[in-house]
Amino acid sequence: MERLKEHFPAMAVMAALVAVWWLAVTATKSVIFPTPWGVLTGTFELLKDGTLWRHIGASLMRVGTGFLLAVCVAVPLGLWMGWVRGAYNTLNPIFQILRPISPIAWIPIAILWFGVGNASPIYLIFISSVFPMVVQTTVGVHTIEKRYLRAAENFGVSRHTLFTQVVIPAVLPQIVVGMRIGLGVAWLVVVAAEMIALRSGLGYMIMDSRNAGNRYDLVIAGMIIIGIIGLVLDGIMRMLEKVRWVRWRYAH
Amino acid sequence: MRTKIEVRALKKSYASDKGPLPVVEDVSFSVQDGEFVAIVGPSGCGKSTLMNMMAGFVQPDAGSVVIDGQPRSKPDSRGILITQYGSVFPWLTVRENLMFGLNGHPIANKTELADRYAEIVGLKGFEHSYPHELSGGMLKRAELARALVVKPDILYMDEPFSALDALMSLRMRNELLRILEKERHTVMLITHDVEEAIHVADRILVLSPRPTRIQATFEVPFPHPRRLASAQAQELRVAILRELGVDRLGD
Repeated sequence: MERLKEHFPAMAVMAALVAVWWLAVTATKSVIFPTPWGVLTGTFELLKDGTLWRHIGASLMRVGTGFLLAVCVAVPLGLWMGWVRGAYNTLNPIFQILRPISPIAWIPIAILWFGVGNASPIYLIFISSVFPMVVQTTVGVHTIEKRYLRAAENFGVSRHTLFTQVVIPAVLPQIVVGMRIGLGVAWLVVVAAEMIALRSGLGYMIMDSRNAGNRYDLVIAGMIIIGIIGLVLDGIMRMLEKVRWVRWRYAH
Repeated sequence: MRTKIEVRALKKSYASDKGPLPVVEDVSFSVQDGEFVAIVGPSGCGKSTLMNMMAGFVQPDAGSVVIDGQPRSKPDSRGILITQYGSVFPWLTVRENLMFGLNGHPIANKTELADRYAEIVGLKGFEHSYPHELSGGMLKRAELARALVVKPDILYMDEPFSALDALMSLRMRNELLRILEKERHTVMLITHDVEEAIHVADRILVLSPRPTRIQATFEVPFPHPRRLASAQAQELRVAILRELGVDRLGD
């Protein structure tokens, strides 16, 4: 009941938006722009012939692959750059130049290098999510409180213990934050990447629906589904923040 | 009794905008094995710098710290430093924190040893708790236990209890004395609380304002448990406060 109360204003605004949309479409007698009902029936149509699941699956597979590759590269690289001053001084300027380049700008090069198969969007996802995660991990190492490193030094533990029991656990919350940002960007990018040239994925579905007969009901259905899946992905990453290993960071 | 720590003509300056700022100027003293020495001095006088040099975290500009006849140049687990800020790892449980210092030591039953020390400091039943689930006093106990479990020869304590409220601070002092009765450690304690020093120490060094040197030394000959309200203890307190430049005591 409490939760319902909390969510009520958001629900009300959403309902109001749908109502305004509906009224606007009926009032203008638009033939191309669909009503909410049209979007709903369009979605059911896609669900029935199974194409929607195929597109969602394709997009998620690309995001999953590119994102996991990025995690595998970013976390060790970030730890290394955070710990070794020379590595930071050498690599950080390059990353700071590469980081602000929009993943969209990489599309021509991705096509040149990887063609129009799955490898291109995966590469774009990788490139877009790897930098925020490297940065967050590096910052995480740099902001480990000195008193903890001193204590570790005082007990004279081995490098292995220092890393597994102090450095990595201390940085883990920052890594999770980086992953949350990285996955958000990855999801943003996959849809853009799929709009270029591919036969599957939610981005392709949107472009294809427009090109093949101005099916704007399916365009909007695709957009809403992208939004909802993005929300779910962020929710999953937020759940990671509650895991035992990082919970200490959010206590108090 | 043999000499545990020998501090020989330590000097330290820090760089500042106006050139080098001398912090510690020619400090020498020695500490016997098992002795409890307290250091009091005005705030900002360089007490912590002195302690950090003794523990090996800061290198002196001149002079040396000799422990058991060996010059000390870097920290190790024979001398554990405890500060007011605390350094119990928040991502490890109490037990894991206590076992941290035992890593790499060829000791069987590390868990048992850790749990025994948790019990000694009164943390039985909290072995699996995380630091954020503990109160400030319990956190200090965990820190003390983590230091004691590696059986250090020397405990360096830099205002260890000053972040606690007065009552908890007093409790922790009694706890510390109770533990030191059972296992003998050499203890160096920095404090701004003269009464605390008289309560626990065998000897009290009074430091001068920066750049600091030893201004006076007081023996504390009273047997434990001490009565701080006794006439001699009060006399000693007045004498130490006078050294620190406090003449009017309001009583």
